[in-house]
Amino acid sequence: MAVSHVEGTSVGAVAQESTWEGNVEELRGLVSDRALTGETMLLNMGPHHPSTHGVLRLLLELDGEQIVTCLPDVGFLHTGIEKNIEAKTYEKGVTLTDRMDYLSPMSNNMVFCLAIEKLVDLDVPARAQVIRVICLELSRISSHLVWLGTHALDLGAMSVFLYAFREREMILNMFEMLSGQRLMGSYFRPGGVWRDLTPDFLPTLEKFLDYFPAKIDDYESLLTNNPLWIDRTQGIGVVEPEDALAWGMSGPSLRGSGVNWDIRKAMPYSGYEQYDFHVPLGEHGDVYDRFFIRILELRESVKIIRQAIQKLPGGPFRSQNRKFVPPPRAELGQSMEAVIHHFKLWTEGFSAPDAEVYVSVESPRGEIGCYLHGTGGNKPRRVHFKTPSYMHIGALPVMTKDHFIADLVAIIGSVDIVLGDCDR
Amino acid sequence: MGVVTTTLDTAVNWARTGAMWPLLFGLACCAIEMMATQASDYDLSRFGMELNRASPRQSDLIIVAGRVTRKMAPVVRQLYDQMASPKWVIAMGDCASCGGVYNNYAVVQGVDEIIPVDVYIAGCPPRPEQLIHGILTLHEKIKGDSLRNAVYVKELA
Repeated sequence: MAVSHVEGTSVGAVAQESTWEGNVEELRGLVSDRALTGETMLLNMGPHHPSTHGVLRLLLELDGEQIVTCLPDVGFLHTGIEKNIEAKTYEKGVTLTDRMDYLSPMSNNMVFCLAIEKLVDLDVPARAQVIRVICLELSRISSHLVWLGTHALDLGAMSVFLYAFREREMILNMFEMLSGQRLMGSYFRPGGVWRDLTPDFLPTLEKFLDYFPAKIDDYESLLTNNPLWIDRTQGIGVVEPEDALAWGMSGPSLRGSGVNWDIRKAMPYSGYEQYDFHVPLGEHGDVYDRFFIRILELRESVKIIRQAIQKLPGGPFRSQNRKFVPPPRAELGQSMEAVIHHFKLWTEGFSAPDAEVYVSVESPRGEIGCYLHGTGGNKPRRVHFKTPSYMHIGALPVMTKDHFIADLVAIIGSVDIVLGDCDR
Repeated sequence: MGVVTTTLDTAVNWARTGAMWPLLFGLACCAIEMMATQASDYDLSRFGMELNRASPRQSDLIIVAGRVTRKMAPVVRQLYDQMASPKWVIAMGDCASCGGVYNNYAVVQGVDEIIPVDVYIAGCPPRPEQLIHGILTLHEKIKGDSLRNAVYVKELA
């Protein structure tokens, strides 16, 4: 929808004013002066647009087909999750974190549980840590598959979407085995995971790991050396390493510019320091490098899961500290103490000290951080998430400058934004 | 006359249910399950529903997949208004049906506060099978429609 440059010049311009909130004067300083005189065109993209990966609105200033300014407008999916968590006990809050970055709910669970565990100093058994690594890497694969499918779909490759979702369904079936839910499992809980692995989980997982690498080759044969794909992606949306750092980018989008920064290596959590894996780095910082890095990450994730299966220890899957973790159901019929713990934990919850913690993990999109401030009571005073999609949307103006509007779709796809992650 | 309209109804409703074009419109988590429903495993094209149109002018059905926030509500309403009659609405998931777990300042407590809903689908998010069930329920509803009762006919009269 084109916005009129001079108010009230024509009937069409008057009709547009009803949906245009404010006037072009308010954009002084945000867009170039040429937009104010009407020399360049202001174009609204989104919030309903198939290629903005959700409800992102971009206000574009166009000189012909070239982008002069790109102003992101976020908040169309602001759900008040952080505020809602303040009204819930710590364990119930985990359920809400699932729904932030809905392509990798496990990463959100992980960062929130890590923050709680750090705040109350709760132990996590070795078995739970390895189960968490398996789940995190599986959700990295499933998230990258959605990214791959939709990114390729935006640039005209329909079949990749269908193949990627075929493999993703297998991962979702495995999540369903563990948690009973395909997407929003809330499988990670403070002190470990909700239930132990089911007996059929590991055989299914191993079957998947044997099957999946050949499928990555299939995706690559469709895209990696495809001249059409290379024409659309190479040299597009280049971010210099300094710019990437200055704009707070993280994850594969930052590593595409060649910056070696991965939280799994830099600040290991859940025992990531025990695994042998590479962090793929790009050279040019363009759309193609960001694409190729994620493809390599798929292979690295398979490698990590194989190592995790090898070292999966026995023992409890959740902490035995009854001040924070409810007893198993079987104990309730035998032990009065177990009944008391169960009642206390499911009605009042546990208390956390009046202190603040910050932890961050490597989600498929980048660094997701959680700031948690306890009150001494059973509910947090403040929860805040630092999310990668918000940073990447903030960096869009740098990446899209002077590109054609058709390349904008490729650039948005390449930084893999999730609006639920951005707006929360 | 009755025989003619009944036969015509059957033919029209068959055509409407057999090639219904949904709006390519996703809001949040449920949109991912909607994509999964359209993808290879669940294959929504079995029901003639695979052709998602990006333009509301060309679509018959809007699947409100996800939480509708106060900032997004005017957009959803405008999209619905831009669709040509006859048009249908599915509220997919708890958030679109009733606000779900978000009883707070930001979320509209059910999309039926702003547009009329034909079928509600429970779940957070609903499984693809549930979405397919909701769509088939909508098909059943359409098959019971008669041209004589159509809202847009009354609007014209």
